[in-house]
Amino acid sequence: MRDSSAPCGERVQDERLVAALPAGPSMSAVVELRDAAVAHGAATVWAGVDVELRAGEFVGILGPNGAGKSTFLEVLLGLKELREGTASVLGAAPGERREAIGYLPQRRSFDQSVRVRGRDLVALGLDGTRWGTPMPGLFRARRSALRARVDEVIAAVGAGAYANRPIGECSGGEQQRLLIAQALARSPQLLLLDEPLDGLDLPSQASVSALVQRLCRRDGITVALVAHDVNPLLSYLDRVIYFAGGRAVAGTPTEVITTQTLSALYGAGVEVLRRSDGRLVVVGQPDTPAHHDHAHG
Amino acid sequence: MNPSFSVNPISDLDQLLQYPFMVHALAAGTIVAVIAALVGWFVVLRRESFVCHTLSVMSFPGASGAALAGLPLASGYFVFAVGGALAIAFGSRIGGKRSATAESAVVGTVGAVALALGFLFLSLYGGILESVETLLFGSFVGITAAQVRTLLVVALLAGGVLAFVGRPLFYASVDERSARADGVPVQALSVVFLVLLGLAVAAIAQIVGVLLTFALLVAPAATAQLVTTRLRLSLALAVTLSVLETWAALTLAYFTNAALGFCLTTISLVLFAAARVARERRG
Repeated sequence: MRDSSAPCGERVQDERLVAALPAGPSMSAVVELRDAAVAHGAATVWAGVDVELRAGEFVGILGPNGAGKSTFLEVLLGLKELREGTASVLGAAPGERREAIGYLPQRRSFDQSVRVRGRDLVALGLDGTRWGTPMPGLFRARRSALRARVDEVIAAVGAGAYANRPIGECSGGEQQRLLIAQALARSPQLLLLDEPLDGLDLPSQASVSALVQRLCRRDGITVALVAHDVNPLLSYLDRVIYFAGGRAVAGTPTEVITTQTLSALYGAGVEVLRRSDGRLVVVGQPDTPAHHDHAHG
Repeated sequence: MNPSFSVNPISDLDQLLQYPFMVHALAAGTIVAVIAALVGWFVVLRRESFVCHTLSVMSFPGASGAALAGLPLASGYFVFAVGGALAIAFGSRIGGKRSATAESAVVGTVGAVALALGFLFLSLYGGILESVETLLFGSFVGITAAQVRTLLVVALLAGGVLAFVGRPLFYASVDERSARADGVPVQALSVVFLVLLGLAVAAIAQIVGVLLTFALLVAPAATAQLVTTRLRLSLALAVTLSVLETWAALTLAYFTNAALGFCLTTISLVLFAAARVARERRG
């Protein structure tokens, strides 16, 4: 067992990196991975991962491209099976409590020609999987309940001003807010966001980060947010899980994003620099590993 | 008596309905217009116009093959269109997932093979197949009551399936990743939809001809989606436009002797162009 106080330069080859915070099952763990490993075909993505997400916390999932961040979310959703180890999500096997999880897949953008209103996309988060077409006039109570819920989540993400516009005509940040509303529609206990800040300008990155933190605090939703740059999130996150070199380490940002911890994780000398504006820069990270994460393909 | 258009709509309607063939044509046209608009609405959303075109080309070997085998032409239309849909659905999968690159290659290949087969059947048949021109560009004379019944059954079947899968299909069409993660059977739905499309195309091709199905399948739905983004309204508008365009085209063709396909294409393209221009103007 190794924690973030591992001396700089010490190589960690066969040992496991374990969460820096107290180990052992916790009553409030919403997600728990023990000794978990996943592979794409023959290539191991990561192995020996012991991490947990606790109720109501906002966790950043970080790491270089191809380190298996999106794969981590796919495991929690039950879309990707573990090769080794165990996973529990909301007290059940992954995939069993799907209705209690809101998920925002990696960057989708809608081009100008998509003539579908944002509000209709949000509603799909609520009833998109339901078969059959309700006859006009029937199920009035259900339809008005649905409309009320859609209005509520649109208001929660502050998208009221553009929810009735075609989604293709909304800006990247506006589209992302609507998609977060879609993921929130079923009142999830766990919200998994895959690169929601990707492709957004800096002000939008900041406002979406603040929005997610607000949702997390206000409704007690546990949030795991995948990002390749921690800086826009730094002041909002409770903890981070950093994937690199086929392993993962968890802790507060100040514990994890250090020269010592990341060098041990990468198994190579990397340096974390703090710029004068407070931004963190990781220097000297090895290139993308030989195995590729599909989601980044 | 030759039909002559007048300013009196009652007399026009009387003239229009005085022959059974015209009543059949109006009934068949209406049935086909409704199902075409509903299926076409999803085609526009899924951007599958190219597949549409290829599936309508399938009607050519369908008709000539049926003639060769001595079967009713309609059966050839349906068998080949559905067969083509399945070939495209399964041929464009790589490792169990739909691949856009593979799909475009498969669609092109299937289309070429279809045309070649149609030509082969035609030369083997040797006889005169109605007329190739009618096959390609459509005709509304000679639609029988039995044909109308077949079209109605096919349209009810396709419409029923579409109503059942409608919402998940919409989800998978606009937001595939979320839909897949939510457990919508995206692959299965795309196969089901291609088969529905095959059925619709085979039905339409019998009326407006193999080459002009686009006019009924894509144009009204595309026009409706340009006019409004409200889902129910745009679906209803697509159906309304499609039916009215069909009636107008049949009337025009009846009174002027111009080919039905030409009338329909002209009307639907003028409306589509008007919607486009209006859209651009509004910014």
